Amino acid sequence: MHTVVIGVIGADVHAVGNKIIEHVLTEKGFDVVNIGVLSSQEDFINAAIETDAEAILVSSLYGHGEMDCKYFKENCVEAGLSHVKLYVGGNIVVGKQDFKEVEQRFKKMGFDRVYPPGADIEQAAEDLKGDLSK
Amino acid sequence: MSVQLLVDFGSTYTKLTAVDLEAEKLIGTSRAMTTIRTDVNEGFQVALEKLRKAHPEMGEIDAVSACSSAAGGLKMAAIGLVEELTAEAAKRACLGAGALVEHVFSHHLGKKEIKTLKQADIDIILLAGGTDGGNKECILHNAKQLAEAGLDVPIIVAGNKDAADEVAQIFQKTDIEHYIVDNVMPKLQKLHVEPAKDVIRQIFITKIIEGKGIKQAEEKIGEFIMPTPEAVLQAAELLSKGYEEMEGYGDLVVLDIGGATTDVHTIGEGVPKRAEVILKGLQEPFAKRTVEGDLGVRHSANALLSLVSPYEFRQYYENGEQEADEDYIEKSVKKRHEEIGYLPDTDEEREFDHALARICTDYSMSRHVGQVEVVYTPLGNMYYQTGKDLTDIQYVIGTGGILINAEDPKGILHEVEHKSSKKLELRPTDCDFLIDEQYIMHAMGLLAQKHPRLALKLMKRHLV
Repeated sequence: MHTVVIGVIGADVHAVGNKIIEHVLTEKGFDVVNIGVLSSQEDFINAAIETDAEAILVSSLYGHGEMDCKYFKENCVEAGLSHVKLYVGGNIVVGKQDFKEVEQRFKKMGFDRVYPPGADIEQAAEDLKGDLSK
Repeated sequence: MSVQLLVDFGSTYTKLTAVDLEAEKLIGTSRAMTTIRTDVNEGFQVALEKLRKAHPEMGEIDAVSACSSAAGGLKMAAIGLVEELTAEAAKRACLGAGALVEHVFSHHLGKKEIKTLKQADIDIILLAGGTDGGNKECILHNAKQLAEAGLDVPIIVAGNKDAADEVAQIFQKTDIEHYIVDNVMPKLQKLHVEPAKDVIRQIFITKIIEGKGIKQAEEKIGEFIMPTPEAVLQAAELLSKGYEEMEGYGDLVVLDIGGATTDVHTIGEGVPKRAEVILKGLQEPFAKRTVEGDLGVRHSANALLSLVSPYEFRQYYENGEQEADEDYIEKSVKKRHEEIGYLPDTDEEREFDHALARICTDYSMSRHVGQVEVVYTPLGNMYYQTGKDLTDIQYVIGTGGILINAEDPKGILHEVEHKSSKKLELRPTDCDFLIDEQYIMHAMGLLAQKHPRLALKLMKRHLV
C-alpha cells in the first residue's frame, strides 16, 4: 500500500476539500496520512519522514499557495525526501492567471504535478498510482 | 487496627506514611535521612522509630509498599526519528513512567551520540522511530548502532511494528536485555505510551532498585511498586477522575517543587476552548508530567541564575523591591547548591527561598502549559494551539518540602496563573489552590494500588 501525506498549507483553513481528498484516496487504496489545515512545510515533511510516505499532496485554496510553497522541494531534499513525489492543487495563485504558466512555475519549483482549480481528484489518484508504480 | 505503611525512599529523605485501613484515617508521617551509601534500612528504621514514638497507638504493620527516587531516581534516554514526533513521544513515555530524561536523540545515531550514551549514567533506553508501517530504516540503523556499542543498559523498543522483528534479531545477537512493545506513536501524532510505561515500571522494580542499593530494603518492607513521580501522577489522576460513586476534582495541576527538580503534572484533556483555535502537534497525554532538571530550590538553585537576571530575580520577591543585589543572590544560591539539606533560619533567608520557589513555579508552568500562536488568515485571526489549554483548570495542588513549609504556600502557587507578560500561554485563570500539607501525595499513589477509595478519601481530607 502506498502511503501519502495530504494537508492544507499555510494560514489556510479550507477543510472540506481536504476531507474529500482523504475520502477518495482512501477508497482508492492509499494509506492516507492527513495532517489537516493550517499546516506548515515542516509539518508535511515531518509527517512524511515518520510515515515513510511516497508522496506529499499539498492543497491550497486561499490564493497564497505560491508563497507558502516556496522552497518546499529544497526543504524536502534537505530532509532526505528527494525521492518523495510532490503534488499541489487548488487556487494556488493570486487572482486569475493562465494555468499553463502557473503549472510551469510550480514545476520549476520542484512539484511533480500541478492541478488547477476544480480538478478531479479521481484523476489525481490515477496519476498518483501511475507515478508511484514507476 | 489494620496498618498500611507507605514508604518513599527519596534522594534526601526517607518518608513514611502510616494509614489505618479500618478506621480509614491517616495515622501519621515521619521522615529520616536516606542512607543509601550504607544500608537504606538504617534510615527506614530511624523514620519508623520516630513514627512509633509519635504514635504509640499504632499497632502491628500489616502491609508495606514503597516507591523510590533515591540515587538520582530513574534515568532514561529517549530515541526517536523526528524530534517533534517519535522522539517527543518516547520522551513523554519516559516522563509518564516517572523517569528523568537525561538525553533525547532524534534521527540517525552517530558516534558522538553513542559516546554520550556510553558515558551517561542512565538506567534504561527507550528506542522509538517511525509510525506503524512507516519508516523502518532509521530504527534499524539505531538498533545496530546500539548493539555494536555494547551498552550494558536495558533497551525498550517501541517503534514501527514492521521493524520490530528485525530489531529483535539485531539485539538477540548480543546479550543486551531488550523488550519489544507497542509503538509509542503508532499513527502520526497519536500517542500510545502505556505499554512502554508498563515495561519501564517492570524493569525499575526488578532491576534498577537493586542496582541502586534499595532492593536490600525489600525483604523488610515488602514490595516496591514504582518510581516516586509516577506515584504522584497516579494519585493526581485518581483525585481528578474520582472512584466509582466518589466524585473527583476534575481537571487539575500538581506542582512538586523539589531541591533538584520541579515536576508539573496535569490531568485533563486540555483541548482548545474556542472555535477559532486549532490544535497542532503530537497528542498530549491525559495525565501529563514534565520535569525541569534546572529548576529546584537546592541542588539546582545555581542553574536558576542562568535563567533570570538579578533584576528579574527581585521581581519574584513578595514585596517587589528588595535590597538583594547580584552578590547576595549569587552567594545565597551557591549556599543552597552546596548544602542541599539547608534550612533557612532567618526571615531574609526564608524570603529568598520563597523567591526561588516562585521562579520554579513560574518557569515550570511556562514550559508545561500549552501556547497559542496567532495566524492571520483571509478569514480573520485564527490560532494554533500546541500543548494543553489549562485556562479552565479547577485546582492547582502544591507539594514538595518548600511549599509545605512555607508560611504562604498559596502565594507562591499564584505564579502559575495567567500573566499579562505571558499572554500566549494558556495558564490557569481562576483556580483554587490546595496544599499537600501532610506530604502524602506519593503515598496516596501507592495506597491507591489496592485501596483507591481510601486514597481518594484521604486526599480529599488532607489536601487543603
